Amino acid sequence: MNIVVCIKQVPDTETAIKIAADGKSISTDDIKWVMNPYDEFAVEEALRFQKEQKATVTVVGAGPKRVTEALRTALAMGADKAVLIEDDGLYGADPIAIAKILAAAIKDLTPDIVFLGQRAIDDDAGVVGAALAEFLGMPQLSVVTKLSLDGDKVTVNRPVEGQTLVIESPLPAVITCQKGLNEPRYASLPGIMKAKKKPLDTKKLADLGASATGFAEVVAITPPPERAAGVTISGDDPAQMALNLAKALREQAKII
Amino acid sequence: MAGVYVVAEHRDGAFRKVTLEAASAAKKIADELGSEVTAVVLASGMADACAELGKYGVSKVLYADDAAFAQYTTDAYANALAELLKDADVVVFGASMQGKDLAGRLAAKLDTSVAVDCTALAVEGGKVKATRPIYAGKVYADIVINAKPQMVTLRPNVFDVVEVGGQAAVETISATAGEVKTKVVDVVKDAGGKIDLTEALVIISGGRGMKDGANFEILETLAGQLNGAVGASRSAVDAGWRPHRDQVGQTGKVVTPNLYIACGISGAIQHLAGMGSSKVIVAINKDADAPIFQKADFCVVADLFDVVPAFTEEVKKLG
Ligand SMILES: Cc1cc2nc3c(=O)[nH]c(=O)nc-3n(C[C@H](O)[C@H](O)[C@H](O)COP(=O)(O)OP(=O)(O)OC[C@H]3O[C@@H](n4cnc5c(N)ncnc54)[C@H](O)[C@@H]3O)c2cc1C
Repeated sequence: MNIVVCIKQVPDTETAIKIAADGKSISTDDIKWVMNPYDEFAVEEALRFQKEQKATVTVVGAGPKRVTEALRTALAMGADKAVLIEDDGLYGADPIAIAKILAAAIKDLTPDIVFLGQRAIDDDAGVVGAALAEFLGMPQLSVVTKLSLDGDKVTVNRPVEGQTLVIESPLPAVITCQKGLNEPRYASLPGIMKAKKKPLDTKKLADLGASATGFAEVVAITPPPERAAGVTISGDDPAQMALNLAKALREQAKII
Repeated sequence: MAGVYVVAEHRDGAFRKVTLEAASAAKKIADELGSEVTAVVLASGMADACAELGKYGVSKVLYADDAAFAQYTTDAYANALAELLKDADVVVFGASMQGKDLAGRLAAKLDTSVAVDCTALAVEGGKVKATRPIYAGKVYADIVINAKPQMVTLRPNVFDVVEVGGQAAVETISATAGEVKTKVVDVVKDAGGKIDLTEALVIISGGRGMKDGANFEILETLAGQLNGAVGASRSAVDAGWRPHRDQVGQTGKVVTPNLYIACGISGAIQHLAGMGSSKVIVAINKDADAPIFQKADFCVVADLFDVVPAFTEEVKKLG
């Protein structure tokens, strides 16, 4: 069995985000890069199949050379090999274009399952899995919190508003992972040592006959809309504060 | 056919609120483009409800009645919509779980792209400009799709539902579900039939300051009074006080209620990522320096165990 996990390298959430001089991108200086937190669930789920099904786990990432670090983290967690699609122009590119590039690289790996995080915490788009599934001609199972395999049929839980859908699908399929699916392991020290010797294949867009150009164009990046400074609710005791809060919400905010 | 389209979403025979929001937003875009709004309804047994979409600015409804569409599946919906929308100028979805699942696949099918979870739309130079929060809301991006259809999904509760019209013309069509590989074998309703956080207009959230799961009862009581839902910070979820589906934040749900009351929540960036675009934010925290106060519209520096029950009483009095 072949399992592929797509990995994105993203700024750590604590990192301050600065708008670059062009006003259309972010400054990538002084950023601490990490593996997208949702991708950790994807790697963990893949490692489960590596053990249960003797599957080979290949992690695939796209972006500048630095993305190697996120791939090495996955190798240190236990993945078998990695592929980096190296191109400096991919960070911030159209997610549908990224999906097309990933599909070009993944096709040759003949995966039974492709796992991804349900979204990346930088662009917060969550569309790469669905587009990738289309480009690979596979069904997609998005935002999954539980998964079981029976032969070549997979059954998943997918929470939607107010209910959970239990969905069956044949393999191969693309599955995007949500918190709750598993508890991702940490890379152990021996794991980190071993990862250094695991194969990491680098491909260029030209090798894949692919391009980073997509149709979504970021025309501007701006600071968030300003919120007016907050009003402190006064009062000598909690009862008075509660009364003043109720008044403020009714009379000032007109919300209750 | 050219024009502005809304992909309608329904459950239990009724259109969902995100669809009415999408229709209202689409109407504005269509007016500026000198175009009209068509809604696409893939469903079963919803003929009567379709015409009602006219109220929200929809001129025409393409209605495909087929048992294959009664329950949403990505395959059937994406196959049918790809055929119906291939000549559309603009396609608007609600950024619900369904809209999110569908939009990326359809963008790939139609060789275009999509701006997801948008909080504002405008028309510039004949194109739709979509604004959306990125990097956990630390910055906003303006996005233009340079292909047709231009696709957008709209964050729930952000766009107003505007009643403008009467009845829409309903055209019954046949649409092809095509090959459907996935099958919904069960639908499990959340316990208690509670309002989902992403749709709630009022949310009372508790954090580590709640001290214990049982104490969430005081938030439940307040939520009951305000017809709201109860959310939680990750600390409260990780402590096992609340299920993960109640988590608000970067690794939880993104919510946009009219009123968000954060009780005993410090306001970490990952939490703000989930609730930062709520319309009115109230913070109740005994630490005057808690970062949540920088985001709050109304700041209550006090012990939540004193203030929340007293506030619930005041709300009761208001009736
Ligand atoms: C990758 C990643 C993803 C994350 N995703 C999320 C997410 O989705 N959602 C999320 O919430 N967090 C998330 N976090 C965690 C986040 O960083 C914070 O740790 C978390 O939000 C803190 O929760 P809290 O505010 O409840 O707890 P604390 O930070 O411990 O704050 C508790 C607050 O309660 C106040 N308090 C205590 N007692 C009382 C009282 N009696 N009355 C009034 N106030 C009181 C205290 O003053 C304090 O401000 C994530 C972290 C990481 C690293």
